[in-house]
Amino acid sequence: MKTIFFLAVVLVAQVHSLFAQTKAKAQNVPEIAYQSVPGFLKLPANLYLGEGIGVATNSKGHVFVYTRSGDTRLFEFDQNGNFVREIGQGLYGFEFAHAVRVDRDDNIWAVDEGSNMVIKFTTDGRVAMVLGRRPEAVEGLVAPLAGAPEPQPEPYVFSRPTDVGFDAAGNIFVTDGYGNSRVVKFDKNGRFVKQAGTKGNQPGQLNLPHTMAMDASGNVYVGDRSNARVQVFDNDLNFKSIYDNVGNPWAVCISPGPHQYLFVSNSIPDNGLAQYRDITGEIYKMELDGTIIGRFGKPGKQLGEFSTVHEIDCRNPNELLVAEITAWRVQKILLRSTSSTRQER
Amino acid sequence: MRWLCFGAMVATLLTPDVFQAPAPAPEIAFDASADFLKLPSDVYLGEVAGVATNSRGQLFVYTRTGNPTVALGNSRLFSHGGSRLFEFDRTGAFVREIGQGLYAFLVAHAVRVDAQDNIWIVDEGSNQVVKFSADGRVLMILGRKPEAVTIRVPSPSSSPAPPSRGSSGAAGAGGAGDQFLRPSDVAFDSDGNIFVADGHGANARIAKFDRTGRFLLSWGSRGTDSGQFNLPHSIATDAQGNVYVADQGNKRIQVFDGKGAFKSQITNIGVPQAVCVSGGAHQYLYSSHSGDVYGMDDAAIYKLELDGRVVGKFGSAGKQIKQLGLVNAIDCRTENTLYVGELTNWRVQKLTLQARQPR
Repeated sequence: MKTIFFLAVVLVAQVHSLFAQTKAKAQNVPEIAYQSVPGFLKLPANLYLGEGIGVATNSKGHVFVYTRSGDTRLFEFDQNGNFVREIGQGLYGFEFAHAVRVDRDDNIWAVDEGSNMVIKFTTDGRVAMVLGRRPEAVEGLVAPLAGAPEPQPEPYVFSRPTDVGFDAAGNIFVTDGYGNSRVVKFDKNGRFVKQAGTKGNQPGQLNLPHTMAMDASGNVYVGDRSNARVQVFDNDLNFKSIYDNVGNPWAVCISPGPHQYLFVSNSIPDNGLAQYRDITGEIYKMELDGTIIGRFGKPGKQLGEFSTVHEIDCRNPNELLVAEITAWRVQKILLRSTSSTRQER
Repeated sequence: MRWLCFGAMVATLLTPDVFQAPAPAPEIAFDASADFLKLPSDVYLGEVAGVATNSRGQLFVYTRTGNPTVALGNSRLFSHGGSRLFEFDRTGAFVREIGQGLYAFLVAHAVRVDAQDNIWIVDEGSNQVVKFSADGRVLMILGRKPEAVTIRVPSPSSSPAPPSRGSSGAAGAGGAGDQFLRPSDVAFDSDGNIFVADGHGANARIAKFDRTGRFLLSWGSRGTDSGQFNLPHSIATDAQGNVYVADQGNKRIQVFDGKGAFKSQITNIGVPQAVCVSGGAHQYLYSSHSGDVYGMDDAAIYKLELDGRVVGKFGSAGKQIKQLGLVNAIDCRTENTLYVGELTNWRVQKLTLQARQPR
């Protein structure tokens, strides 16, 4: 009896953690005016995006899109949205896209939750380093076991990793992920340094670390999605603070420059349940200390509306690129600048 | 009491490590190039399981790349893809792909070149050894690919398995016959006889075939005695036809004559993952040690005389150039120019060893 009850709790808890979406606690937030640029990305006739999972720009403004298409693929576009090339055709690490990021040297990093790998490409699209290891698929298929305990995290093995970030020293941070509940720090040569987080809802614990970003001081902002909060850790992965008023963070981004902003998407979940339509779908623009500047967006499939936002590029805080799962697209979003407003204060 | 037992077990497990720690060996100076191979822009290496040269210095790389795929749409699940075989010339320029879409290419484990420059691949996923002619056509098949993928249902009581380096399945008797269970490597003697290390699976044996592919004999079973194996992971032959088997799980190289009679064993070389016997009048044995499953903490390559005396060692674990990430193959056709294939770093490095000064 006790066992049955326990199983039921586990099932409910899992369903809850994976699908629940919450209305942001923050209310009466100023709306930021914005518009979407129609037809920004231009694809060759024989190429198609699938789910828009990852989007990132490099210092020249080139756009990298990591998509779950027939196969998971990585495409490069120029600053005008013209197709440049494909990167990593048939790559061993491409199985189920989750994020793409560009570091300060314009290396391109792909995070794949299907192969459990993080792959670093040089600017010319060659593999420079790989983290994690795809399991050798030689023992036959293993049916997943319901309610199986979370495996003990290993330093160099990920369990459905979700995102990657970098500090000024080149240290690499990986959120890991759907299976493990941790953020891992590696040095620039890929050597394990430290990890933080276990599954739970206490400060410093994580329940689906789904996205992350780093500020210029090397602090780590983790979108702790199923706990409906952004958690901030310092560069040594010590817990610092919690921002829990902007819903369930599916995607976070921190803009560069002397005044950095934090963007957080309270995305409409991909389960299609109508009940979430009125309480999600907006993106928040915040100060790094958690102060909300404003919000924009609403759920939907029209131009300028957001289906499930999965990654944001904010190299220019007034020109965002937004990848959406359910509408299979990347939108370029022009935001009205808020910097003048702040100067008036 | 239970804890005492457990403690005793741990002590037992740890003790051999303490006493079999690699002996101090002279460091051999070397240089490395990680960008020797030039790939077309749309071709990528994955985990490099095998690398080998032919007599003209052409390189063959057998790599786990693309996506190993299980196809839906039937009552059974069929697997395909996941590995490719590439050829490069002696300057590292890409020549071609061999065996596109081949039925046996699933999980690469080794590529070797025989005395006639035929190319042999060993695939641990399809349980097959395939011989290609120098121009890339299939000449011979050993073993048979399982028709469909089995589904294993884990038992609720068992905790998740720690990362293993094979040694899957129950202890096998090393049954005689043509079929392999996750074979790992292939070698040849001067008569053209074929030796297959078999391998990661329940077999723990070396199988010998004649030059026409007819099964002759096999030796070995799972265990720690002389002539027994715990994951025969790599195999090489010398000019006299002796067979060197990297008995990875037992942390030793065992040496046999061509009929499988045990001759000697070499220890103090760590965990041998890949072995190679160089060409030329004075042959050397190279053995790659991988002391951790991630390729990040403990690695080196040993250079040995054929009688087991250590000449020196070189290399360390990691992801940078000159570091080694789970070396799964060594080509040593030329004594001091090695090509090593790494699983965790998805690359082939060309290592140039400093020749010893004549005394």
